[in-house]
Amino acid sequence: MRHLASDAQPGGWADPPAAPGRGLWKAGAAVVGFIRKTLVIAELEFRKLRHDPTELLTRAIQPALWLIVFGKVFSRVRAIPTGDLPYIDFLSPGILAQSVLFIAIFYGIAIIWERDLGLVHKFLVSPTPRAALVLGKALSAGLRALTQALIVYLLALLLGVRVSWRPADLFGVIAAVVLGAVCFSTFSLIIACIVKTRERFMGIGQVLTMPLFFASNAIYPVGVMPGWLQVIARANPLSYEVDALRSLMLEGGVSSFGLALDFGILLGVAAVLVVVGAWFYPKVAI
Amino acid sequence: MAILRTEDLTRAFGPILAVDRLTLSVEPGEVFGLLGPNGAGKTTTIKMLTTLLPPTSGRAEVAGFDVRRQQARVRRRIGYVPQLISADGALTGYENLLIFAKLYDIPRAEREGRIRRALGFMQLEDSADRLVKQYSGGMIRRLEIAQSILHRPEILFMDEPTVGLDPGARRIVWEHIRALRDNAGTTIFLTTHLMEEADELCGRVAIMHLGRIVALGSPSELKQAVGGEAVTLDDVFIHFTGNALDSGGTFRETSRERRTARRLG
Repeated sequence: MRHLASDAQPGGWADPPAAPGRGLWKAGAAVVGFIRKTLVIAELEFRKLRHDPTELLTRAIQPALWLIVFGKVFSRVRAIPTGDLPYIDFLSPGILAQSVLFIAIFYGIAIIWERDLGLVHKFLVSPTPRAALVLGKALSAGLRALTQALIVYLLALLLGVRVSWRPADLFGVIAAVVLGAVCFSTFSLIIACIVKTRERFMGIGQVLTMPLFFASNAIYPVGVMPGWLQVIARANPLSYEVDALRSLMLEGGVSSFGLALDFGILLGVAAVLVVVGAWFYPKVAI
Repeated sequence: MAILRTEDLTRAFGPILAVDRLTLSVEPGEVFGLLGPNGAGKTTTIKMLTTLLPPTSGRAEVAGFDVRRQQARVRRRIGYVPQLISADGALTGYENLLIFAKLYDIPRAEREGRIRRALGFMQLEDSADRLVKQYSGGMIRRLEIAQSILHRPEILFMDEPTVGLDPGARRIVWEHIRALRDNAGTTIFLTTHLMEEADELCGRVAIMHLGRIVALGSPSELKQAVGGEAVTLDDVFIHFTGNALDSGGTFRETSRERRTARRLG
């Protein structure tokens, strides 16, 4: 065995060089460091996905079923008032939001898996801000969600949905999809940190997903709901994601809440959840 | 100047004292072993020293910084190899190292060189671009050690470094730990329940039982204290802990450990 003294010497560590000046500079350096670490965590997940993308293809089945079977049947029934929009057009952004929700809400399973091994512990012992660990993972859920967006767009094209191709609209869709995934994957991470076992998590995941989905405007407009459900739908972040997607994805789509409110709420919820998640995440190692 | 010092370090889980007023110090360059049956409080101690778990009371200083109030500084100066698998099976060996090189702020210009050297040091160059899920248990352990020394820690914490490895792989990991101490002078703090491991590696050992240290000294000192020529560290251990067989280890811990052992095997 050949070992060199220089291979691993003590005292080789160093604190990152202090930023010149004070206050503002230091804060700036901290922000840059935070963003860099967040991207490293996202890169890690991206590399994993690149090694084994099969998961993403099996995920395509569910939105296909919803659009082709459910969408086609309800288009014929004409039971749901969607104004000038054909029902399949109305449904497509809803199903996009649903795929994002489903791919994000079971994200906590990966956290529990990493906890049952020793991965979480090693990340927590590294000098990485907790919020960067949480946000990095959330962004990677956003990346997975974007692959779902690709699939839903393909399906929508096949079904003759009038999709908007304006670059600004596409950019908006990407933003809404990533923000939605950040919200729901971080929510999922928080639950995982609380329940800590796979069995309990699966139970709770099932219980949460369906209410979030049905108590939203994903497959019918808020207007047709009974009053109490309208209140819940208004409080459900998924409704704002769907609303934004409906106005951005479709040719001539309109937002009923206003895009500013949609994005404002998604951003606010994401920020609060990341902060709460950063508080809960270290608990998962205990 | 001790590189690690604890004073009445205590951690309670509800009414149970997992670690009970632990006081010890470790000198730079030492290989220090914390020895005890499952459930003795070894892992809880390591989690407190590595900032993963806040102590209930008492103090601990690692590399000159307080583990509770100066967490960020402690984290930059320590390396940690958890008991369970901590390399990512879905990435290659090289990628596992790359991610940690970035998380530890190793400058871009030095990154490749350090990764290559760590791979060489652990004799993993040939498998660097294979997915870790295809590695053997001994290779995974060596990769995890490589990950933990990339940033050249002053002190390396290893929780049961050879659990679940077969005797051959165990010997190889031991050789690497010794090389790390001899060539790099890294201080090593490890836990184990294997007497042979403590005898092979450690300059000093503390025997831990039900959260407390019941004996402390070099393996030969401890053997002498118990008396007789033919004494092994096993005898010392039983002398100080009574019958260790019935103590510790919940169902959950055991099932986790076996699962890990199976994956590592």
